[in-house]
Amino acid sequence: MKRLGIMFIALLFCAMTATVWAGGSSEASGTTKAAEPFRIAVIMPSATTDTAFSQSMWSALKTVQADMGGESAVELVYTENMFKVPDAAAAIRDYATQGYNLIVAHGSQYGSSVEEIAPDFPDTAFAWGTDVNTFGLDNVYAYTAAAEQGGYVNGVIAGMMTKSGIIGVTGPIDVGDAHTYISGFSQGVALTNPKATVSKTWTGSFSDVALMAAAAQTHISAGADILTGSSQSVVGSIGAAEKAGAVYWFGTQADQTSLSPKLVVASQVYDWVAMLKEIIAATETGVYGGKTYILTLANGGLKIGFNPDFALPADVKAKADEVIKGITSGSITVAP
Amino acid sequence: MNDLFSLTLVTGLLNTMMVLATPFLFAALGETFSQNSGVVNLGVDGIMLLSAFFAFYAVLITGSLILGILAAVITGVVMGLMMSVVSITLKAEQGVSGIGLQMFGLGMSSLLFKVLVGTVKTVSGFPTLSIPLLSRIPILGPILFQHSILVYIAFLLVPLSWWILERSTWGLVIKAVGQNPAAADSRGINVDRVRYLCVILGAVLAGLAGASLSISSLNLFQDNLTSGQGFIAVALVYFGGWSPVGVMWGALLFSMANSFQLWMQVLGVPVPASLANMLPYILTVVALTLSGSRRKTPAALNKPFIRGEA
Repeated sequence: MKRLGIMFIALLFCAMTATVWAGGSSEASGTTKAAEPFRIAVIMPSATTDTAFSQSMWSALKTVQADMGGESAVELVYTENMFKVPDAAAAIRDYATQGYNLIVAHGSQYGSSVEEIAPDFPDTAFAWGTDVNTFGLDNVYAYTAAAEQGGYVNGVIAGMMTKSGIIGVTGPIDVGDAHTYISGFSQGVALTNPKATVSKTWTGSFSDVALMAAAAQTHISAGADILTGSSQSVVGSIGAAEKAGAVYWFGTQADQTSLSPKLVVASQVYDWVAMLKEIIAATETGVYGGKTYILTLANGGLKIGFNPDFALPADVKAKADEVIKGITSGSITVAP
Repeated sequence: MNDLFSLTLVTGLLNTMMVLATPFLFAALGETFSQNSGVVNLGVDGIMLLSAFFAFYAVLITGSLILGILAAVITGVVMGLMMSVVSITLKAEQGVSGIGLQMFGLGMSSLLFKVLVGTVKTVSGFPTLSIPLLSRIPILGPILFQHSILVYIAFLLVPLSWWILERSTWGLVIKAVGQNPAAADSRGINVDRVRYLCVILGAVLAGLAGASLSISSLNLFQDNLTSGQGFIAVALVYFGGWSPVGVMWGALLFSMANSFQLWMQVLGVPVPASLANMLPYILTVVALTLSGSRRKTPAALNKPFIRGEA
């Protein structure tokens, strides 16, 4: 009996700490105003501070909140580190039950959960990505990023800067925006340096930083002098580049300059702000979904963040600007 | 493709293998002590995470690597004590308390990271320490003697642990407690005290495993930095038949396979990445099946010792 009691306490302890880890944190303040705030909940696969995918959405939501009048106008809550889809689905349903106006399921793995849950809450707007499918539901928005566009720009610069002619790519799994980014990147390299080789490694994990670092180290041993890649575990690759010294890094999803101010050349930055504002405005007029948003260089959803402290040669910068202009105007099209 | 087995490849492959094996070695050697005394500690991953965080945080704040190591060791001692109190003194189910400890480490490290650091930052960790003369030996030099100090320590711990477990009286006592605690008890050995010491030693080594990631090989902290490495370390103890040398071969095989699959991808060997990613796991399972159990499982493994109830 005593053993059973102890086991129960141990289990309770597990459950408590698990909740601390996985549980949501509220950013809403205690101030109450006459008008009800617009309530947004976001579910993310990694941490709000991952300097990649999740952070791109979280900082956009914070910007929207600030622009729309702060915590009294927009209430923000998040649940992070939802690598497990069933947990994420539970969180999505929970937020919907609590009456949030907009629920952002920020991960392409959450699609089937949104498809299943959204019909039960017709007065709640759901947004999910990265994907283009709204499942024919009029309370689901889908969003994605044309990651190949920024990838192309990064590739154009990388092709002009490599001396060894070997460029390494470290990615998690060859799907979604990891795939399109690297596809665009390879095309960009081929434009300015057809002889360069772009070799790719996939670690099979979005979170294994140690393996990502080993992958980057392997590229460097094989002669790579430029690296790029996507997912939250690329901090491992950037660390490996830092150790090697003269290996440059190109980022995607969020501005990664802060991770290595000496080595980061440029980052493709996802900016979800305009999209979020449009969705919120639509929701307030009673339109809860049925539309797909695609971030592009042309609509300002994608931006190229150049590292201001990196001395990019003038001809390279000029070429990059020319390509950005070309993609924006539509004279250059990049296949995803 | 023609340089698949070139010198660059061989040195690169084996050098990466040594780096990847280091956290596994620390953690699995620690777990070897713990399990030889009869306690399965499934909390290794959690201890690694929290120690990795505190080591990183100490270095971030003070810039001192010594304090970083100290922080990892203290975290290991505290978490080892937690595990010991619950599983040895209170006799709780070892598996459950270990998982509890793992979740505690995972949750607490994420929480502290968010509150105290906020975003991914890098620190300058242990530099590469080339051993004079030895590092200039062709081929072997770059593979074995161009690493950070924690890598050397991890590998030096293998013969040391072997000596303690197989050749010293301490080893006899530890194994007596793990094989037949009632007999050990009747010979006047304090079973609980031996287990406490082994679990705490194991936790300290798990702490160093965490530090080897956050302030030696990666020089940063991020949520769930270990990505389950602690569980692989526990598996390596079974793989190695509860012997430090066996554990080392397991760690090397697993890391070598990982290092090899990365090279295959870099060289563009036409094998699907998902298949390459599976290689370390497949190889480990095959090796485990072929080798059989080289040594008997500690008979009292996973059994709390209650005097008079053996």
